[in-house]
Amino acid sequence: MPNTASSFSGLVKRPANNGETTKETRRSKIESRSLCFYYGDSQALFDISMVIPERSVTALIGPSGCGKSTFLRTLNRMNDIIEGTRHSGEILLEDQNIYAPEVDVVALRKQVGMVFQKSTPFPKSIFDNVAYGPRIGGLRDREKTAHIVETSLQRAALWKEVQNRLHDSAMALSGGQQQRLCIARALATDPEVLLMDEPASALDPASTARIEDLIFELKEKYTIVIVTHNMQQAARVSDFTAFFLKGVMIEIGDTEQIFTNPKEKQTQDYITGRFG
Amino acid sequence: MTDAPPPAVQESPATSPVNRLGKEAGKAENRLFFWTCRAAIWVSVAVLLVLLISVTKNAVGWLDWQFLSNFDSARSPAKAGMLSGILGTGWVIILTILFAVPVGVGAAIYLEEYAADNWLNRFIRLNLSNLAGVPSIVYGILGLTVFVRMFGAFGPQGWIAQWTGWVFEGFFWSEHFQTYLIPLPFGRVVISGALTLSLLVLPVIIIASQEALRAIPSSLRHASLALGATKWQTIRFQILPAAVPGIMTGIILAVSRAIGETAPLVMLGAMTFVYFAPGNLDSVSDVMQHPEGLIKAPFDTFTVMPIQIFNWVRQSKEEFKYVAAAGIVVLLAILLLLNGLAILIRNRYSKHMRW
Repeated sequence: MPNTASSFSGLVKRPANNGETTKETRRSKIESRSLCFYYGDSQALFDISMVIPERSVTALIGPSGCGKSTFLRTLNRMNDIIEGTRHSGEILLEDQNIYAPEVDVVALRKQVGMVFQKSTPFPKSIFDNVAYGPRIGGLRDREKTAHIVETSLQRAALWKEVQNRLHDSAMALSGGQQQRLCIARALATDPEVLLMDEPASALDPASTARIEDLIFELKEKYTIVIVTHNMQQAARVSDFTAFFLKGVMIEIGDTEQIFTNPKEKQTQDYITGRFG
Repeated sequence: MTDAPPPAVQESPATSPVNRLGKEAGKAENRLFFWTCRAAIWVSVAVLLVLLISVTKNAVGWLDWQFLSNFDSARSPAKAGMLSGILGTGWVIILTILFAVPVGVGAAIYLEEYAADNWLNRFIRLNLSNLAGVPSIVYGILGLTVFVRMFGAFGPQGWIAQWTGWVFEGFFWSEHFQTYLIPLPFGRVVISGALTLSLLVLPVIIIASQEALRAIPSSLRHASLALGATKWQTIRFQILPAAVPGIMTGIILAVSRAIGETAPLVMLGAMTFVYFAPGNLDSVSDVMQHPEGLIKAPFDTFTVMPIQIFNWVRQSKEEFKYVAAAGIVVLLAILLLLNGLAILIRNRYSKHMRW
């Protein structure tokens, strides 16, 4: 699609350069340069170039199978564990290409945390769940561990609900609590970026609202990239929105602009519900 | 279009009320199937009960403390005891577990977590189930060649001596035992039996462990990896603990099979009437006084419980029939005890998991 390719170049720098009143100029946290991604012989991503600014929420929207989750998982190299995948292009995390041979993927994943669609607490206590990341990183000090667990749970807005039962099984929590536990667990490794793959799609409206509030608070400290099917959610929580279609990023821009005044017709069609 | 279906719906209850509420439709097959299943379980339980009752009846009067604490006797059935068999089985099974569990679980982890999906690994996976079906006597022949005789390589008549002139009979000459600590070839000893049984139960352990590992949801792996865990940490802290109950089940099955195995050990040449324990350790005080016996025992000749029973049944003296019955009761009791213990440990562990 030559059309869209040319429109990228104009849009790539847009979020960083835009001087809107509420969004002061931000440093780029992640930059994708001509990223292509393949599962075996089928290409899933076509020449994705975009900038994700720091301390903001960037939403990736698009119909199922459009490559938005694949793109999200290239950002912490979770796709590496699938056999027969390959890529071309670069992803820069603060000017370091994360696919460079000298990059330690384990260290990368500590910096770029991830929360999955289905909450996946480990079959252990709440405390051990949150402490897992720091412990495998070599933390032995009990007081420090307890401190990290408490602050992580507080940041994930779960502390008040679980502070008296830290040693109960995490499996006993409700769905929404489990998802916030997974967020706390990701925060415990002290990441800079948080990737969220439809974090609220399996939750009821009340729990969804809590997660959205949480995302809004977390962007003060973290750079958040969220994949969502729910367009209202993208509009509510994100500062920037990227629209994906069939492995191509059609458009990226301020969330407000994407939802009120999209440049591309395909974006408009999707947002107004004409397909997808 | 819209008014066609409703009459059809109204019609069916009017025309065939019996079919909707009566007993005909599929009811007979349903009941037949239920009773067939029920009969199947009754028949197996009944056979087991008859066996147990007849064996126990024969064992009464012969099964006493003396039977458990005496060595065997070829002359007098009344003095015949099972101690050498119990201790022999103990040694063989402990060594079998030590060999087979690490190798089996390791192989399963490799096949499930590391191995690429290529033709070689598919071939290996396919043949594991074939190996589990190989008759045990075949493993006996294998054990005889590989462990007992070691392809006839060692000793004064071995081909190493004939080709090179060096006679090689073992490792570590021991003044205390007046022989080699590790003789080569092993000969008809405990460790040959244990290694042979290890080969026999390895496929069972590998397949059960593979299934236990496959049952762990991949979301658990991804969650751990996404937190910056290495593959080893993910396996060590998430996957293995979650798979332990399933792996334990496989080990229980394997050990139960190994305890009851007779044919391969007969093939290896485990002895029949044995008047000593491996390493001459037949009580706790023996172990305290001669701890070196613990090193000696794996290279000592031995017998096991099923071989003793097999041997007693073959004897011409009528009374040995009752000795054999007593032996069967002891063997079954020990099997049940070990299985119960293993299940207890397994359940403890799954509770600890906080699912």
